[in-house]
Amino acid sequence: MYNENTEHTGHTEKEHSVGYGTYVLIWLVLVGLTVTTVSISGINLGNISLAVALLIATVKSAFVINIFMHIKFEDKIFRVFIAIALMTLLSVFVLTAFDVFFR
Amino acid sequence: MSENIESKPYISFLQAESKHKGIFKWILSTDHKRIGIMYLAGMLCFLLVGITFGFLMKLEMLTPGKTLFDAQTYNTFFTLHGIIMIFLFIIPGLPAVFGNFMLPLQIGARDVAFPRLNLLSWWLYVIGGIFAIVSLFLQGGPIDTGWTFYVPYSLRTGTNVSLPLFAAFILGFSSILTGINFVTTVHRLRAPGMTFFKMPLFVWAIYSTAWVQVIATPVVGITIILVIVERAFSLGIFDPSLGGDPLLFQHLFWIYSHPAVYIMILPAMGAVSEIIPTFAKRTIFGYKAIAYSSLAIAFIGYFVWAHHMFTTGISDVSRFIFSLLTFLVAIPSGVKVFNWVATLYKGSITPGVPLLFVMMFIFLFSIGGLTGLVLGSLATNVHVHDTYFVVAHFHYVMFGGTVMIFFAALHYWFPKMFGRMFNEKVAKWSVGLIFVGFNMLYFTMFILGYEGMPRRYWDYLPQFQTLQVISTVGSWILIAGILLMFGNLHRAMKKGTSASANPWGGKTLEWTIPSPPPVHNFDEIPVITHGPYYYGEEEEK
Repeated sequence: MYNENTEHTGHTEKEHSVGYGTYVLIWLVLVGLTVTTVSISGINLGNISLAVALLIATVKSAFVINIFMHIKFEDKIFRVFIAIALMTLLSVFVLTAFDVFFR
Repeated sequence: MSENIESKPYISFLQAESKHKGIFKWILSTDHKRIGIMYLAGMLCFLLVGITFGFLMKLEMLTPGKTLFDAQTYNTFFTLHGIIMIFLFIIPGLPAVFGNFMLPLQIGARDVAFPRLNLLSWWLYVIGGIFAIVSLFLQGGPIDTGWTFYVPYSLRTGTNVSLPLFAAFILGFSSILTGINFVTTVHRLRAPGMTFFKMPLFVWAIYSTAWVQVIATPVVGITIILVIVERAFSLGIFDPSLGGDPLLFQHLFWIYSHPAVYIMILPAMGAVSEIIPTFAKRTIFGYKAIAYSSLAIAFIGYFVWAHHMFTTGISDVSRFIFSLLTFLVAIPSGVKVFNWVATLYKGSITPGVPLLFVMMFIFLFSIGGLTGLVLGSLATNVHVHDTYFVVAHFHYVMFGGTVMIFFAALHYWFPKMFGRMFNEKVAKWSVGLIFVGFNMLYFTMFILGYEGMPRRYWDYLPQFQTLQVISTVGSWILIAGILLMFGNLHRAMKKGTSASANPWGGKTLEWTIPSPPPVHNFDEIPVITHGPYYYGEEEEK
């Protein structure tokens, strides 16, 4: 008889615990990076201002995805899924740039 | 759980009782089969409304100038026709109805991975539909922007734009949640022994589509919110008079809406790959090639969006790149068509109604696909851009492609879903009427467009009238065929003869259980030992 949990037999739930201290620390880092983004927007960095904003946003999302969304502790397949989505997004950015920067 | 279910007697999901009474047994049900049928009911209602708008538009085009109503009414009609057909019928389309109903059955599961989330998706679909309808009756009048909501007009028009946009936003959430559900279901709930390459090709198609739903739909959600916010607060994101970039809107819109074309067509291609082996009594030719081509279409489909923008003033570099990428989509599409035709070759063909629809699909979709190459080429695109040629092309692809297969799938799985057989003779008459009406209605548009008839125009030059009349008469024949088809199916639901478990001789798992399926789908979850289209010795090769 098929066991409804067959798919999970090979999947051992990894024990992991992230302390409240870590959560608070990450939260403070995120707040700090938000303040940085807002502050930098007031400085005229020319063409690189977009790149800087995106870089900060990338670092912030990395923290959120890895810690708050627990991806750091999950199976490889989930990281593959996220990588596919990010690569798609990156490709879309690059293709859009072919219009914006060559117009 | 399985042990308890095994001992239960057969109770069809249509008759099953629950803790709820009356209509609540359905609208609060988390059974994937009931949710599939609820989607079907909702979508058919919207389809009939969309057909009515299309019928009225063609009637208006019977003569130059005013025939029935004024230009503004015509603008709202083509907008509503597009919004309803795209967002409320074709995009949910096959995944919402047949994906919901058949996906768990075809992989040997009892339900989708998240049944409650599935019900939430349906409710979001209903709420989105209600919002769209309510917007028609509010002050300002129905939206008149065209279904693409192009800025800056959509920022400035006084008609109701924000509410139908918000409706599309909600419908997008419904689509995303369904996509997440299907991806998880395929990964987690396949029956023992069902590896990815033992999955039916419809499952492959639904799986590929689900990824597009999850990754692409958020883009249009964000875009819609930006338009609503810009209308409310004049931020200057898209409005050029405020320093915004209207082409940015078109990029964002098509980054979703082109992959959405594949949300529409991929599940249809999956259904074709089910119907052909069943009616040719042959193992599908090139199983892996078809499976990979679904993924390839889904993947390449992300990177071709700007071919909708060749005449808008985007850079020459991007026009060249997007034209090249567009041509690449033809390769996996061609692989599919080749494999379908090769499957039919030397098959023991039964010309059942679903197969007739599939034959019609291959013919119409090939015309739609080849004229897509005309539009994908930069030079010819400039000539026929925003003409009836484009209207004809996308109706051949969307209607001749997706909707014909929706009809095919409806006939193919109707006995399984409702436990009744339809009248084949009447159904074949409807196929004939639909084929004749369709080509009269839309092929004339290729000629009209090539000769310069612009799309979305309420009036036209006298020299276009003959073809416009042929087109309008075609719409009457087409609608007669569709009504005959639905009348036949409706009658079959009430008075059709009982269907056996496997009336067509299909090989996939849904045909191994009674029609209609029991509430719990399978008494015992099957163990899979061979591919999904096992027709004897060919499997051994």
